[in-house]
Amino acid sequence: MGMLWHPMDQECYFRILVDKLIGRHRRTVHAKERGMYKVLLCWRYLKTRWIALASIVSVTLGVATLIVVNSVMDGFTSQMQDRMHGILSDLVVETRATNGIAEPNWYIERIRARLGESVDGITTVVTLPAMMTFHHNGNAHTQQINLIGIDQSTYASVSDFSKYLLHPDNKRQLDFILKRNGYAPDREALQPSGWEYRSRVEQLKKDRQTELERYRQLQAKIAEEQQNQIAKDSQGLSDSTADQAIDPKANENGTQPLEANSDLLGGPMIQPVQNSGGGRVFDASIEQRIGIVLGIGIGSVRGRDSDGQLKDYFFIRPGDDVSVAFPNAGSPPRAIDELFTVVDFYESKMSEYDATFAFVPIEALQRARGMFDPLSKQGAVTSIQIKLARGTDLNSARDSLRDEFPPSESYVQVNSWRDTQGPLLAAVQLETTILNVLLFMIIAVAGFGILATFFMIVVEKTRDIGVLKSLGAPGSGIASIFLGYGVLLGSVGSGVGVLCGLAFVWKINEIARVLEWITGREVFDPTVYYFDTIPTVIHPFTIVWVSIGAVLIAILASVLPSIRAARMHPVEALRYE
Amino acid sequence: MNNSIPAKSLAKPTSTAANQLRVVRPEADNESGHSKQTHTTVPQSFSRESMVDARAVTKSYRRHKTSVAVLKGVDFSAEQGKMTAIVGQSGSGKSTLLHLLGTLDRPDSGEIHFANQRIDNLPARKRDAFRNHQLGMIFQFYHLLPELTLLENVIAPAMIGQSILSYFRNRSSIMKRAKELAELVGLSHRLHHKPSQLSGGEMQRTAIARALITDPKLLLADEPTGNLDQESGQSILQLLRNLNQESGLTIVMVTHDENIAMQCDALVRLKGGKVERLK
Repeated sequence: MGMLWHPMDQECYFRILVDKLIGRHRRTVHAKERGMYKVLLCWRYLKTRWIALASIVSVTLGVATLIVVNSVMDGFTSQMQDRMHGILSDLVVETRATNGIAEPNWYIERIRARLGESVDGITTVVTLPAMMTFHHNGNAHTQQINLIGIDQSTYASVSDFSKYLLHPDNKRQLDFILKRNGYAPDREALQPSGWEYRSRVEQLKKDRQTELERYRQLQAKIAEEQQNQIAKDSQGLSDSTADQAIDPKANENGTQPLEANSDLLGGPMIQPVQNSGGGRVFDASIEQRIGIVLGIGIGSVRGRDSDGQLKDYFFIRPGDDVSVAFPNAGSPPRAIDELFTVVDFYESKMSEYDATFAFVPIEALQRARGMFDPLSKQGAVTSIQIKLARGTDLNSARDSLRDEFPPSESYVQVNSWRDTQGPLLAAVQLETTILNVLLFMIIAVAGFGILATFFMIVVEKTRDIGVLKSLGAPGSGIASIFLGYGVLLGSVGSGVGVLCGLAFVWKINEIARVLEWITGREVFDPTVYYFDTIPTVIHPFTIVWVSIGAVLIAILASVLPSIRAARMHPVEALRYE
Repeated sequence: MNNSIPAKSLAKPTSTAANQLRVVRPEADNESGHSKQTHTTVPQSFSRESMVDARAVTKSYRRHKTSVAVLKGVDFSAEQGKMTAIVGQSGSGKSTLLHLLGTLDRPDSGEIHFANQRIDNLPARKRDAFRNHQLGMIFQFYHLLPELTLLENVIAPAMIGQSILSYFRNRSSIMKRAKELAELVGLSHRLHHKPSQLSGGEMQRTAIARALITDPKLLLADEPTGNLDQESGQSILQLLRNLNQESGLTIVMVTHDENIAMQCDALVRLKGGKVERLK
């Protein structure tokens, strides 16, 4: 085999190959190296050597996988970005000071002056950590929340906030007033809600109260009778029939069960009347407290029933009252406690937000915390949220505001939504990159398969190579037959791979369903991801670079066999058996 | 390495001592680049033009670290328009000489001239072009390309010699010529058959047609009848004879069939790495 390497052609073969690789065409008087035979033979080899096609199946699979993975990852990223961006406004001017920004209007004016036309919407927000308490099945539950005071008239102008509310009326305009019913009509689990639910609960509570009252009176009466009985007994007369008739009833429907039932309805918690003013008794069946919109994750859990059906279970419903404790603006801050009526849920499908966000009217919070200046009629805020007009550069707007409010001179920070979510987005980006590297390694492995197959084909074609050389084909021409063969195989492989990948992405949810049916396991679990379907985004650029990469690998893999073919000694090749 | 003969020392004695077909011009060794000039000025010692000649050619093959000298200073010439046969035993270097004449290999020393122009030291590109344009070759085992049809095999050299553009420009004339050649070798009815569907004689005829497509001046045949039965071999020989006589094609043929060799115009024998002229 060693003799097949023509020592005398060595000096030219490198030149030839370099010329081929960089696309320079050496023009000589005698030899015109670009011949039709290369195309013809390339094509014939492709048609007659199916084994080579088998070697590029791995390229096809690699390309298809790359496209599927990239579109799903891009789909996730863009969904997540959409949601985050929907929740967070473009720019936030915020402070960590307990008493917030005392003169928000002055800031808003400066922001508008600085950014001019590019401000699309602006709103003020008070954000603070808080603790919420609610009663469920007789137990008090506490939960840490992010209490957000919003200006309901402008808040929706900086984010997609209202889109995520459940009640159709609130989706149009939130007013923090409990609706009669009709929360999320498509959710059966949420159906008893709103005023209907609240008044029914109150009615039950009242009935129980009445019943309890009646029972106490009865007990008092019994006790009185027993006293009388004892008095009579002491007088020697015994009549125990009345006693026995009442006693079992007292044990079965007595004090303890009744009290447990009233706990279930949150009865004792609501009893203290706090903000109904004027000494009037608060009637919970017709009156509500200040409205609060809870993240849906605070008030519910999502799970599966025995049939495997997705099911939400709500421990809090619109119409329930909850108690929220939060610090006031004083120094040192003191915890204050407020009662709120849940008026709606907020479902952004970002579990991080859905499990902690609770929205209340900003003035209520300002007043409760002592952030309201009665003279200027201005409330302090903790952050000013800005929505930028379409096409405004986020970073340059942020930098311009940072210029306006330098951190050294003011107590506010300016951040964009990307800054806030930077680590998460970066993590997803890193994941995508690693997946791409790994999958390209798969294609590189496929490249070695092509290399081996091509070496075999070159060996198999040794005599034909000798014949071509004896007919005057230059080494470069023979090299380009095999290089062209590699390009052709790589193109076919990546082309089929692109088509397969696109088809897979197009029908990914159907495929997931079929896989679920076959394996009996959830492929894409909505309890984990909050998406009902697998989100996909296809970037044309991804397809282009994936196919170019695959073809390049196929070409690289065919370079060595091509060099070998080009360097074969014609006499040795002709003698090869 | 011990039994390989130093090329230079051997070149002169052989060229002068042996009773050769022609005398090698001494200038050729020194001024190989200007052989054309010498050709016009120096009087020839023989009347006819030489088409291809080997001058003091040596060639050895290395096998298992020992060098086997196959050609030990060969002077050979094939006259234009003649049919020359090279005979010799197996391993005597017939095919090696033919390969050297066809620039498929390069001699260790000595020169190969074609139409009085040195060709063995041409760059690879020019040798490729020479093979394509000036030379036709046929082989004992035909060496057709199995993926191509008869017609495609015949036009393969034309495709190799031209760019795709000029191929398509001249396609009709190439096709016409290929069909004429197929007609000439009596295979016009099998144009679209693959080599595997052809008999040995048919494959050799195809190889001849392929060798002729570029209108070469010289045809090198390496035992063209060696793998054929008597009848097919004879008809191939007849075909070559006709080509030689009708279009004046110079043919150099390697054979070990004395019978066939005797029908040629000139006959040399390779023995012990040297050439003996028999006819």
